[in-house]
Amino acid sequence: MSEPKKPRNITTITPDRTKMPEQPPEERRKNFKEVALGFTEEQAAREADRCIQCKKPLCVPGCPVGIDIPGFIKAIAEKDYPRAYEILLASDLLPAVTGRVCPQEDQCEATCIVGKKLEPVAIGRLERFAADYALAHGLARVPEIRKRPEKVAVIGSGPGGLTCAADCARAGLQVTVFEALHVAGGVLKYGIPEFRLPNAIVDQEIANLLKMGVEIKVDHIVGKIFTIPQLMGEMGFQAVFIATGAGFPKFMGINGEGLNGVMSANEFLTRVNLMTGFEFPRTGTPVGMGKRVATIGAGNTAMDSSRTALRLGAEKSYIVYRRTEKESPARREELHHAIEEGVEFLWLNNPVEILGVEGWVKGMRCIKMDLGEPDESGRRSPVPVPGSEFELEVDTVIYALGTKANPIIASTTPGLKTNRWGYLEVDPETQETSIPGVFAGGDIVTGSATVILAMGAGRKAAKGILKRLGIDG
Amino acid sequence: MYKILKKQVFSPVTYLWELEAPDLARACRPGHFVIVRHKEGGERIPLTIADFDRERGTVTLVIQAVGASTQEMMAFEEGDHLLNLVGPLGIESHIQNYGAVVMVGGGLGVAPVFPQLRALKEAGNRTISIIGFRSKDLIFWEEKFRKYSDELIITTDDGTFGEKGLVIVPLKRLLEERPGGIQMVTAIGPGIMMKACCETTRPFGVKTLVSLNTIMVDGTGMCGSCRVSLGKEVKFVCVDGPDFDGHLVNWDELMRRQNRFRREEAHSIEQCKLNPKGGGA
Repeated sequence: MSEPKKPRNITTITPDRTKMPEQPPEERRKNFKEVALGFTEEQAAREADRCIQCKKPLCVPGCPVGIDIPGFIKAIAEKDYPRAYEILLASDLLPAVTGRVCPQEDQCEATCIVGKKLEPVAIGRLERFAADYALAHGLARVPEIRKRPEKVAVIGSGPGGLTCAADCARAGLQVTVFEALHVAGGVLKYGIPEFRLPNAIVDQEIANLLKMGVEIKVDHIVGKIFTIPQLMGEMGFQAVFIATGAGFPKFMGINGEGLNGVMSANEFLTRVNLMTGFEFPRTGTPVGMGKRVATIGAGNTAMDSSRTALRLGAEKSYIVYRRTEKESPARREELHHAIEEGVEFLWLNNPVEILGVEGWVKGMRCIKMDLGEPDESGRRSPVPVPGSEFELEVDTVIYALGTKANPIIASTTPGLKTNRWGYLEVDPETQETSIPGVFAGGDIVTGSATVILAMGAGRKAAKGILKRLGIDG
Repeated sequence: MYKILKKQVFSPVTYLWELEAPDLARACRPGHFVIVRHKEGGERIPLTIADFDRERGTVTLVIQAVGASTQEMMAFEEGDHLLNLVGPLGIESHIQNYGAVVMVGGGLGVAPVFPQLRALKEAGNRTISIIGFRSKDLIFWEEKFRKYSDELIITTDDGTFGEKGLVIVPLKRLLEERPGGIQMVTAIGPGIMMKACCETTRPFGVKTLVSLNTIMVDGTGMCGSCRVSLGKEVKFVCVDGPDFDGHLVNWDELMRRQNRFRREEAHSIEQCKLNPKGGGA
């Protein structure tokens, strides 16, 4: 501590939270650089000072991986950044990622005690600050690991797989991660755009994992090149963690979906993010986007798609959603950014047909909706307004309606139990599937969810694996 | 990295690679495909496996230089390494003893017919192969086909070798001459050729399988780029195929979708010609 301060409590702290500098909307809608620029040291210090160091903090139980939030914020306030980073890493393998993409407003910041009276502490922004500082200054330390003989296979190198791999590696296990794509990172690479989460950040976090001795085999689709029975048999793995994500894009089944110019958000974002289609033809993969783009859906993926479309030069980027802004499952921050950048929202509209000329999209017929009675999800279900159909002039239609379970693993692993939607059934305590020694977590268990929930599942599974192998975690 | 053990040039635009990939060779079955990427920043290209040798641990691909990437890949020589190779993808071909089968390959499509032909022959079928090329100097694998075919018909569009004309001419003749004598037809080649084969067999009611090679990105069902309409159903070629009942495929939509990047591709090839090493600006 530098100098003695007045006791910090709700009456003495700065009431408003520190704003994070951002690229102005007019500029950023034309580039793929990160929107939010991160705190400076001064800004971090100002915000860290707003944390009143509650004796019984409610932010920690609000965090799916239970980060010692007051602890790392205190370290920032004391300018002990290595300690802040260590505290983060103890619970969260990818703090630079989660500091950016976690829905903190629904988690730690929602339960922050300061937030009951004032604006909650900007925990996510502080997390990002500490992690970025550590990455920029090479503070990442490889923990001392006593190697053990047991081998664990992790399928998928997204947030769930990486977290489980790290925890198993820390416990000394020999970890091999199998990744289907040509780079590691999963949805962090192919899904979340550069302007929200730069690939370089993901790569730095993965590099730390490799230093711990984790092996990542890209271009390996388990279920195809090897099966789980092979991994557990001849290949000598004692445990397997399945973290393949969800995957299969949903379409609506309306007329015109086979037209050129219709694609899933997964395809659009993968072409842009993973394949760097925004640099075509310098890189090899075209995107195939026109000038007037409609994205169907209003979740985070829809925000990512519609904002990516603007950056690729779309003259019009619409979001078409059958409910209202209130029901939109997107993070408020993403929604807000999309509005600022000029995405046009057609709330209470539902597509009924995609129109084409000579095989290419030329428009989309929509019908206006009204909110009726609440459905089983508690949201008021939209009902079409008779006679309200109209035509939206677009040449590209992107479906961001969520995903279904990818069947590759389930269909090649005898005895692996799935639920009626094809997601894997697991023991909620250990993440173990119906096959002893085979664990699963993330979207392939829960359906489309968040990065941090997948990481939480990866962590729980690592504990389950250690228990199954008779090792003290 | 996957070493190119053998390269064979069939024509100015067609070449073969035999790649060292023991795990892949062990796992793959007739009908499977792979996705390759030849350089950082390069696109992911799906290619049907043309042959594999489990003992030697090799997989063979036959490639046509039609785009910027496949043109650049043609410069790779024996001993060079391919950056990315992932597979086996798709569902393996259904192999059984049908009785008599006709295996039709058109141009580059001749290559992926081969593993199916061999497997069907080994399953006890009487095999009749029809392989078609534009011209005599584009013919490849005549010997390999002869070895596993009870009858082999070669056609060339210009009549420089074998029968002059399209593969559907001998196909139709066989169906007419042997009513009830052919239980299954497999056709692999360009969309227009597979469509023509399906229209030829349709009136005879002979089951006709095709292997589709659509535009893909991941190849694992994630993106849906490869979707194809079969009657009222939409299927993903990467995970539901690549083999489908050709009589159900919406060919016009399929061929149209294959052209959806033609403007971008043309631009890319232009750039590639201006700057052959870089594949772009």
